[in-house]
Amino acid sequence: MNAYMPSTTFFVLLSPFIAALFAPALTRLFKHNAAWLLAIVPAAIFWHFSTFLPDVANGEVVTGGYQWIPAFRVNFSWLIDGLSLTFALLISGIGALIVLYSGGYLKSHPHLGRFFSFILMFMGSMLGLVTSDSFLMFFVFWELTSITSFLLIGFDHKREASRRAALQALVVTGGGGLFLLAGLLLIWNVTGISEMSLLLRSHTALADSPFYIAIFVLVLGGAFTKSAQFPLHFWLPNAMEAPTPVSAYLHSATMVKAGVYLLMRLNPVLGDTVAWETVLPIFGGTTLIVGTLLAIRQTDMKLMLAYTTVSSLGLLVMLTGFGSEKAVEAAVLYLVAHSMFKGALFMVAGAIDHEAGSRDITKVGGLMASMPIIFAAAFASAFSMAGLPPFFGFLAKEEIYAGLWHVEAWPLLLTLVAIVGNGLMFVIGFAVALKPFLGEKKAPGDHPHDGPVLLWLGPAVLAICSLVTALFSELTHHYISSPMSTAVEGEAVSVHISIIPHIGMPLYLSLVTIAFGVVAYRNVDRLRAAMTRLLDAIGWGPDQGFDQFIRGTVRLSFRVTQVVQPGRLEIYMKATFILLAIAVMVPMIVFDELPAMPKMPEYLSLYETAIMAIAAVGLLSVLYAKDRLTAIVSLGIQGFAVALIFMLFGAPDLSFTQFMVETLSVVILALVMTRLKLTPTDHRSVGKTAIDLIISVVCATAFVLLLLSVTQLPFDASLSDFFTRYSLSIAHGANIVNVILVDFRGTDTWGEIAVVMVAGLAILSLIRIRLRPAVPIATNDPSEEERR
Amino acid sequence: MRTLIFRTVAPYLSSLMVLFSVFVLLRGHNEPGGGFIGGLIAASAFAIYGIACGVSPVRRALFFHPMAIAGSGLMMASIAGLVSILAGVPFMTGLWVYIPIFGEELALSTVLLFDVGVYFVVVGAITSIALALEERATD
Repeated sequence: MNAYMPSTTFFVLLSPFIAALFAPALTRLFKHNAAWLLAIVPAAIFWHFSTFLPDVANGEVVTGGYQWIPAFRVNFSWLIDGLSLTFALLISGIGALIVLYSGGYLKSHPHLGRFFSFILMFMGSMLGLVTSDSFLMFFVFWELTSITSFLLIGFDHKREASRRAALQALVVTGGGGLFLLAGLLLIWNVTGISEMSLLLRSHTALADSPFYIAIFVLVLGGAFTKSAQFPLHFWLPNAMEAPTPVSAYLHSATMVKAGVYLLMRLNPVLGDTVAWETVLPIFGGTTLIVGTLLAIRQTDMKLMLAYTTVSSLGLLVMLTGFGSEKAVEAAVLYLVAHSMFKGALFMVAGAIDHEAGSRDITKVGGLMASMPIIFAAAFASAFSMAGLPPFFGFLAKEEIYAGLWHVEAWPLLLTLVAIVGNGLMFVIGFAVALKPFLGEKKAPGDHPHDGPVLLWLGPAVLAICSLVTALFSELTHHYISSPMSTAVEGEAVSVHISIIPHIGMPLYLSLVTIAFGVVAYRNVDRLRAAMTRLLDAIGWGPDQGFDQFIRGTVRLSFRVTQVVQPGRLEIYMKATFILLAIAVMVPMIVFDELPAMPKMPEYLSLYETAIMAIAAVGLLSVLYAKDRLTAIVSLGIQGFAVALIFMLFGAPDLSFTQFMVETLSVVILALVMTRLKLTPTDHRSVGKTAIDLIISVVCATAFVLLLLSVTQLPFDASLSDFFTRYSLSIAHGANIVNVILVDFRGTDTWGEIAVVMVAGLAILSLIRIRLRPAVPIATNDPSEEERR
Repeated sequence: MRTLIFRTVAPYLSSLMVLFSVFVLLRGHNEPGGGFIGGLIAASAFAIYGIACGVSPVRRALFFHPMAIAGSGLMMASIAGLVSILAGVPFMTGLWVYIPIFGEELALSTVLLFDVGVYFVVVGAITSIALALEERATD
């Protein structure tokens, strides 16, 4: 491993979590101005990662880390190449702006400190995710982003819609995380590699593996849920229940791109196969079209942007799966462009909501004069989103068409999909950026204005970035686009596109897109009405499907619980003993391991015979006992006889314990008897008694056979020899049994006494339960719950 | 069950049993005995006392709630294991010190502490169950 600044990077990766720890205290001290202090952390992270830029631009791959669990070759290690570096810069750069924006947006919110804490934790998780080298670390951070996203979506936890959206996002992305875990473990098993950097050097090891399809499906399961691909897209628009800074940061600029990141990261080793180049464009293309169409239908700016985020993610997946070098370049450029313009537009939507009192484009209008800075930022970002020069989105769109255009059926179809998608995104972009600002002035809130600097700084900076990165495209490509494309493609790539239009097919296609966009923009109201009619006609969507799935799961688990947990002790005991008999008997018969008939001892001393007779008498009196108390005491007789046998055969400790256990069992059983107020006599019918008799006889036979076959095996004395030899010399105890219990196997005993303690607590609480007839016992029946 | 004879004998019997249980606990390392069996003896002593004279005298005599006794036992056993980590050896490694008293060497060890912990867990858990059952049996 390269030892380039390992400790600093480690600390940098840790710093958001440390900042999250102090965020609530700082917010209590400085109110919303704590944002300025807290933004220093992401800014410092940004600065730290930007120091890697020159090296990475020269094609270097920086790795570093520490051993975590050496026995399993699990490391805490990071990998910084063009791909992870670009992501790290986006996360920390936009993160700094989002922290500032949150300070303005949630200015007097009572839980602002908690919010800062969550968002910093998310930032740390996301940074860890994109810089992880080891699979396990990658998975841990992947799940951490799901969890922090759950906390952020459900931030406004008093509203039911928020809670539902948070849970839905957690179920979908967390479920996908399980797919990813299985996929990573499979890769680990197939190749023996547990680090991304080594995997990327394994060439076609995965593509040639017979498990390729399994790995492919599992990885897609992770990526498609996280990056909201159709038909698993529904959680993303619902996640708009979160405060706007969260939507801008997690659900457009960063977290939802984690799935795309995964696909891009694995493109060199999983890509270039028929499955990859078919499945990805199909899902991506469908998501692109469905996302834009659903976006048209909305009037809430946040929801419009959310659906276009879905479609942008679809576009990215489509481009990543297309397979050509140009398409990869296009995906890289579009990813960067999208993070900048979409982050800015979300913040614009939030600012309008905050200042004008609504974010519905039919309710606000004419705000240009009162919110000039916000308007400028929105307008610039919409230009970038629509793919117009001189903004970064233009470069991306030119490259998309350059990458897709071929005169063949498949590329032509995808090109058409891209044109329709881009055209509709053009419409949405300008609908969000123009409708609230132009026309007749209307706003539900009073005095709409630009608001405090915290509120407009984020969108303004991002809009400027969209412009500057495009103007100085050579520098951007040298430091960002080319290294990232190289990492995604797996071989050296250099990007050249600039804002000066070149006459050629991409430009013509751009013009077609713009023409389509303008026409669609003029008819946006008609389109919206058509979409609404269409969706009403279908009447069902994956969102309802999710609810049905959850309801079904709850009902199913209720039914299963009713069967396996009927709450009758009798059934539990029967099931336990029947299974016990089967578990012991069946393998012995199947594997033909039945013991030989034991020889009767030639000489049986008088007292041995007597003790066995006592045991037999005890057992017989259990069977013939008139009431339960007699039966319990008689069982004790048998136990004492066994204890005596232990004593005779030289196991004083065992016998001692057996005596005490028998005594206590009799005492406690007798107490339980009186406590439970059972009828003193047996009340089973003959049939029931017969079944119980059969079960007990079979169980007993099974155990006799098991013990006999154990004693008939040759005795391996190595353990006993070890204990005999070392008990006194290294553990200073002559009583081997006790030394084993408290020293050699002390940790076992430690666990056992913990069990004793917990069992004691459980029994105690069972005894203490007092049933109150006024309160019915909860059945947890889902149908009752729904009625309520 | 509260006969006069039983009630008269029970306190003596119980105290002898508790004394015996401590003896069994301490001799356990070299002779038959140990924390588990000692704990069982003490628990039966308290159970007998409870049956003979009622639960509240036992609770008064014990002073602590039996579950608290069990908890402290578990903590002692855990500390006995953790001390080894502080001493730089693996968890649960036995550590021994020999203290000279009256010309004899008194051997103390984390193993002893662990065994005492086992004793308390067993006493506490079983006594609390037994007492709870007896309490309900008589109310």
